[in-house]
Parts: sequence; structure tokens; C-alpha cells
Amino acid sequence: MNGVLKVLLDIFRQPAVIVALISLIGLSVQRKPLTDIMKGTIRTFVGFLVLAAGAGVVSGALTPFGDMFQEAFHVQGVVPNNEAIVGTVLVQYGSIAALIFFLGMVINVLLSATTRFKYVYLSGHVAFYMATMITVIFVAAGFPTWGVLLWGSIAQGLIVTLSPAIVQPFMKDVTGTDDVALGHTGGAGIALGGLVARLTRSKKHPSKSTEDIHFPSGLGFLRDTTVIVALSMGIIYIIVALFAGPTYIESKLSSGENFIVFSVIQAATFSAGVFIILAGVRVVLGEIIPAFKGISEHLVKDAKPALDVPVTFTFAPNAVMIGFLSSFVGGIVGMTIMAVAGTTIIIPGIVAHFMTGGATGVIGNGAGGRRGAILGSFVNGLAITFLPLLLLPVLGSVGQENATYSDADFGVAGVFLGYLNRGGGQIAIIAGLVISVILVYLVSFLMGRRKTVSEQPSKSVSK
Amino acid sequence: MKFLSVCSTGLGSSFITQLNVEKALKQLGVQGVETDHSDLGSVSQGDADVIVVGRDIAEAASGLGDVIVLNSLIDMNEITQKVSAALERHGIAVPEKEQKQ
Repeated sequence: MNGVLKVLLDIFRQPAVIVALISLIGLSVQRKPLTDIMKGTIRTFVGFLVLAAGAGVVSGALTPFGDMFQEAFHVQGVVPNNEAIVGTVLVQYGSIAALIFFLGMVINVLLSATTRFKYVYLSGHVAFYMATMITVIFVAAGFPTWGVLLWGSIAQGLIVTLSPAIVQPFMKDVTGTDDVALGHTGGAGIALGGLVARLTRSKKHPSKSTEDIHFPSGLGFLRDTTVIVALSMGIIYIIVALFAGPTYIESKLSSGENFIVFSVIQAATFSAGVFIILAGVRVVLGEIIPAFKGISEHLVKDAKPALDVPVTFTFAPNAVMIGFLSSFVGGIVGMTIMAVAGTTIIIPGIVAHFMTGGATGVIGNGAGGRRGAILGSFVNGLAITFLPLLLLPVLGSVGQENATYSDADFGVAGVFLGYLNRGGGQIAIIAGLVISVILVYLVSFLMGRRKTVSEQPSKSVSK
Repeated sequence: MKFLSVCSTGLGSSFITQLNVEKALKQLGVQGVETDHSDLGSVSQGDADVIVVGRDIAEAASGLGDVIVLNSLIDMNEITQKVSAALERHGIAVPEKEQKQ
């Protein structure tokens, strides 16, 4: 290999370079002044390295937790936390994941421009997380790099276009318009919760809205991710430490430091790592998303922006709390079932229960009042406990980590692709994707002929 | 003068709110006003002249100074109106007064 080529390869193997280039393209397309282009590109470059540094902090804090859990209960305990697992994956497959994220946006715009699914996915952070999972699955399925890129981008584009589509019927009930959609990787669980809320509605005994309840204030700290992650991990870490016992921890893990002190510090360090990763993600997306938004508004007539879950929170703040608590109870029930069955244990991921449970609460309340909010969120809580368990085997070596992807779309998409691969190898995955694309256009064509928006079962099939 | 939008993780909805605030400033014909977005955990009082939050985190953000509470993060009329009022509170002239969309 000659020298120049090697240097070029070294440059493009760096994911930070790839995201900086994506940012450069975005800024140039918007015809920004040269100083802004330079500033934005460098910020993105550094932002990615911040993210990678956070990944090291998170895995350092999770490794002893995995060891303790194994010692205490003799099964693997997995924490569903997107930031934690994404950080780890990016260090390994960052360049491919960044490209799939980028090409997925392109395919999202193409699909929304040419079908009746006019959803432009603006929640860049979760789209980015999804791209990392897609990369892992396609690499584990043995695709060559170009194949991972090509088919992975198509999968990514399909997922981000269809996820908002399945939530939209319920979203319309909440917002009262068809102009805004929900763009979050919890989409499948939120739609499922909405469906449960609709099915449990009763004409005879209609359930009142959650917003008629007067909630005590003082739960404001739940809104602070840093606090809630540190607190919940602290509690879980201490419980596991008590089961593992001081002897094991102080001799094997903490080099003599008191086992409770050690656990509290590790839990807080985990939260610190998540904090760093979030800061990195924020900087990385800062230049890319506005460009994507601008371009998509030009290219897609009547685009419906698919936005992050807290957009729904303002519609029914009480439902968010009820949904979170109910989803969390679902997570505890699911974990108990796993403990009895002796499988790997999925510990309730508090951020996922808050975000997706909260949104399911709002959607469920819109569809079926308090009863809908409680039952819908409970089912979402069960879904985001069992789906990660099904997902672990298809993630290859990433499935052995102490953290995993937490939301329902990861589980649905991952299980769909991963089990296709188990059934028929790469050919089955490719066939599944091609059929999904054909179905999307077919359903879109039929919707155009009917001019009515109704529930399409095929949508959930192709997810 | 700076508007800072805040949500619990500082990733999705505060970002969209920031872009909507920028849109509102453009409509109002105001220039030279900074906007940014962040998470609740890293904001302290004095980080910005005006903090913009959704009503679901109004309680948690109450100690941050001049806080705009939005009933909906996507209602441009509401955002434009409240941004305009905030600009006047801070003594910034608003060239393009309220226009109904």
C-alpha cells in the first residue's frame, strides 16, 4: 500500500472526520459564511471526540456493575440505556454508523417526497442511535462494508419514515392537528400503548382525563436527566452491591475501598459519562439538523416534522407522570418474570421509562383518559423490558455488553432484521427490505386512491 | 441578549424550540439576538436573559430568572407572541409587530 493511500484511509477511518464532513456539507449547502462553516465543522469534529470520551467513562463505570451482578445472581444483568451502548458502539463502528445516519436522512427525504408518508424525522439524536444499532446488526450478519452501508441506510430510512406513521393516528388525538408527528425510537411502544388505550375504552364508563387530577408538585427533579440517572443507578448499584457482599467487591473490584462508597461513586460516574455523551451528541447535531430541516422543507411539500417526545409532554403534564410510573411498574413486573425464568435480566432503564412511558401516558390519555394512560403505559413498560431481551442475541458481541438499546423501535427493527438473518441469511434481510419498500409504495398508492387515512397493518409488518 | 431553550436532555425538543424561536425572531425582524438550547442539568441562573421551556418543566425551571413557559412547543403564534413580549421586557425594539399567521 502506498503512503498517500494509507494516510487517506487513516483519515476516513476516523468517525470524527466523517461527522465533521457531514456537518461541512450541511453548512455549505445552506451557503453559510466561511467563518460559520469553519466554526461549525470544527465544533462537530471536537463534539464527536467528546462523545467518544464519554463512552470510556460510561463503560468504566458499568464494568464493575456487570461483575457484581454476575457474582450476586449468577446471570447477566443488562442496563437499557441508549447513551451507554451507543458510546461503546461508536468507538468501534463510528464511521459506518455516521454514514448510515446521513444516508438514512437522504432516504427519509426521498421516501417522504415520493409517498404519502410525509414524515421528516428531526430527532437526530435517536436517529443517530438507531444508525449505530443498524450497523451492529448488519456487521454481525456478515455483510461487506459496502453492503452494510447500502442496506443499512435503506433500513434506517424506512424505520425513521414509518415509526412516526404508526403513531400518527394517536398523535392527531392529542395535538388536534395532522401537521406534527412524533419522531422517537419509542414509537412502536407508544403506538402499542395508544392501541391498548383505544381497545380498553368504554362507552358506558368513560374515563376522565388525567389533567383533572391535582398532582402534588415537588417532582420537578425527575426532569433532570443527570439527577435521575445518578439516583436510579445509585439505588440499583447499592442493591446489587449488598447482594454481592463486601468481601467480593473490596477484594476484586474496589481495591479495598468500602463497597458502598465504591458503588455510589461508580453510579455517579455512570451519570457523568451519560452527561458527557449527551453534550457530545448535542454539539455533533447542532450544525447537521438545521441543515437537514432546511433542505427537507425545500424538497418535501407538506412535510410533517417528526419531533422528540417532550413535544407531547406540554399537552398533558399529569399524564407524563402517570405514564412514567405505570411504565416503570411494567418494567419491574417484566424484570421479576425474567428473574423467575432465569434468563438474562433487563433492569428497568429509568430514562426510557420516563421518555417513552411519559409519551405513552399522554397518547393513552388522549385515546382513553386515565384508564388508557395507565394501561397503555404499563404495556409499553412490558414491551421495553422484553424487546431488549429478544434483541440481545442479534447484536453479536455487542449483545454481551452490560448496557443495551432501550426503546421499542430498536427491539422491533432489530428483531425483524436479526431473525430474518437467522432464518435465511443475508438474502432474507435484503428480500425483507425490498419487500418493505415495495409495501410502502403500495400502501401509499392505496391511501391515495382511498383518500382516507386508516390503520394499516402492513406498516407494522415492515417495521 | 440571549434566548436559551431548555428540556430535560437538551437534545430534541429544546432544539426544535430554539429553531422556532429563531423563526419568530426572523418574523419579528429582530437581529443580533443569540439563541441556544441546553439540558436542565447544566443551566443556572444568568446563563441567558430569557429561558424558554414547555409547561411540563415549568416547575423545575422556575428558579432560572426570566422564564417563558410555552403551552405548546410547536404553536408558532404563541411562540412569536411570547418572544415579542420578552424582547419588549428587555428593551429591544420589535420592527415587525404581531402579524396573525
